[in-house]
Amino acid sequence: MIRLTTPLTIDKVKALKAGDQVLLSGTIYTGRDAAHKRLVELVKQGKKLPFDPKDQIIYYVGPTPAKPGQVFGSGGPTTSGRMDAYAPTMLSLGLRGMIGKGYRNEAVKEAMHTYTGVYFGAIGGAGAYISQCVKQAKVIAFDDLGAEAIRELDVKDFPLTVVIDCEGNDLYEIGKKEYLGEKV
Amino acid sequence: MREIKTEVITKAIRDLCIEANCQLPDDISQVFDKMLLEETFPIAKDTLKILSENARLAKENHSPICQDTGMACVFMTIGQDVHIIGGSLEEAIHEGVRQGYDEGYLRKSVVSEPMFDRVNTKDNTPALIYYDIVEGDRLDITVAPKGFGSENMCQIKMLKPSDGVEGVKEFVLKVIRDAGPNACPPMVIGVGIGGSFDKVALLSKKAMLRSVGSHHTDARYQALEKELLEMVNATGIGPAGYGGKTTALSLNIETYPTHIAGMPVAVSICCHVARHKGVSL
Repeated sequence: MIRLTTPLTIDKVKALKAGDQVLLSGTIYTGRDAAHKRLVELVKQGKKLPFDPKDQIIYYVGPTPAKPGQVFGSGGPTTSGRMDAYAPTMLSLGLRGMIGKGYRNEAVKEAMHTYTGVYFGAIGGAGAYISQCVKQAKVIAFDDLGAEAIRELDVKDFPLTVVIDCEGNDLYEIGKKEYLGEKV
Repeated sequence: MREIKTEVITKAIRDLCIEANCQLPDDISQVFDKMLLEETFPIAKDTLKILSENARLAKENHSPICQDTGMACVFMTIGQDVHIIGGSLEEAIHEGVRQGYDEGYLRKSVVSEPMFDRVNTKDNTPALIYYDIVEGDRLDITVAPKGFGSENMCQIKMLKPSDGVEGVKEFVLKVIRDAGPNACPPMVIGVGIGGSFDKVALLSKKAMLRSVGSHHTDARYQALEKELLEMVNATGIGPAGYGGKTTALSLNIETYPTHIAGMPVAVSICCHVARHKGVSL
């Protein structure tokens, strides 16, 4: 088990390999389709983003509303493929990590290689469990998007798995083959 | 004629929305525990353990198991001797969803219009409603909120009769491989065969909601349910798609007569949460 703390520098990313299990602590940002669409529009207009993506991690999540006394509602990962259209732009700005679930396309893998990024998988469906790893949460942009607003989260020991590393190794291929006893 | 008040229906739907989102169905919970014991691949076992702990936490804290608390699909099976009083039945259903999603702290995931505006309706309405009229004076309600991680991976295909059982097997496996990690395995799978383009999708959804361990009445389809589940669990996709045996917890088939020229097949996929809860009024 690897313990990682944000900010996620290039050196830290280069040391990660597909299949590594990680406990992540520190500050991360949330964003789904609607927020990404706005972020990329801001970039196109040459405007400032609500946070500097350099060496940061975006978690693809839209949580349930927090109950009274709760910091963060249930919040497991959403399907990352919907962010594929925006991820290369974010990576080009220095974004170092993405957390989600599901396949990524070749353009994202290439951008991860070019700009040194990593794709982590969180366990889909483990919303209540992941909620407990979130120690602080605040909306920092696009409040009108509700669950899809950008939040700054302070997480502790968030369990993740490296799915695609910066060399392009993909656990969704490797894991299956290893289980089936095929040559990796 | 038995009278049922709309306010009773609203309350029932409110409660079902919350329960279905915070508690795994008993049959799913049982098969999950069984497959956790059987799983031998280390990362798969670790993943299943976290999901098991997640379900325990959700139940204890009355929190949603998953953040995607779905679009509320409501099946109303209405006895023909039931008389619904106290206003519009449809509005009573939407009101139940509204109350459940608000008071249960569930996520509102519905947009008013699918393509141009996509503005969140902020109360998770409208629900998707299906009505069946049957004999008797009971009213059965099933609420099955559907998350879209898995819904986006469902598929339909109009096979030719000559494609036969092999064609069905091939298609089901293709759908599951396409879905892979996106559908949050371990999955719960429903296969519909027959009917028409629209009917077969509903059949597959009903198959998905049928209890784990229940079987098709025809022994040939029973055997196919078993064989397909084994094939799916031999793909190696595994929990979260990280590799392993536990790709699916169950696979049910529902069938219906069809036209001489066709053999529609649909595959509905849900994640392990398999949100559904029912009540008989």
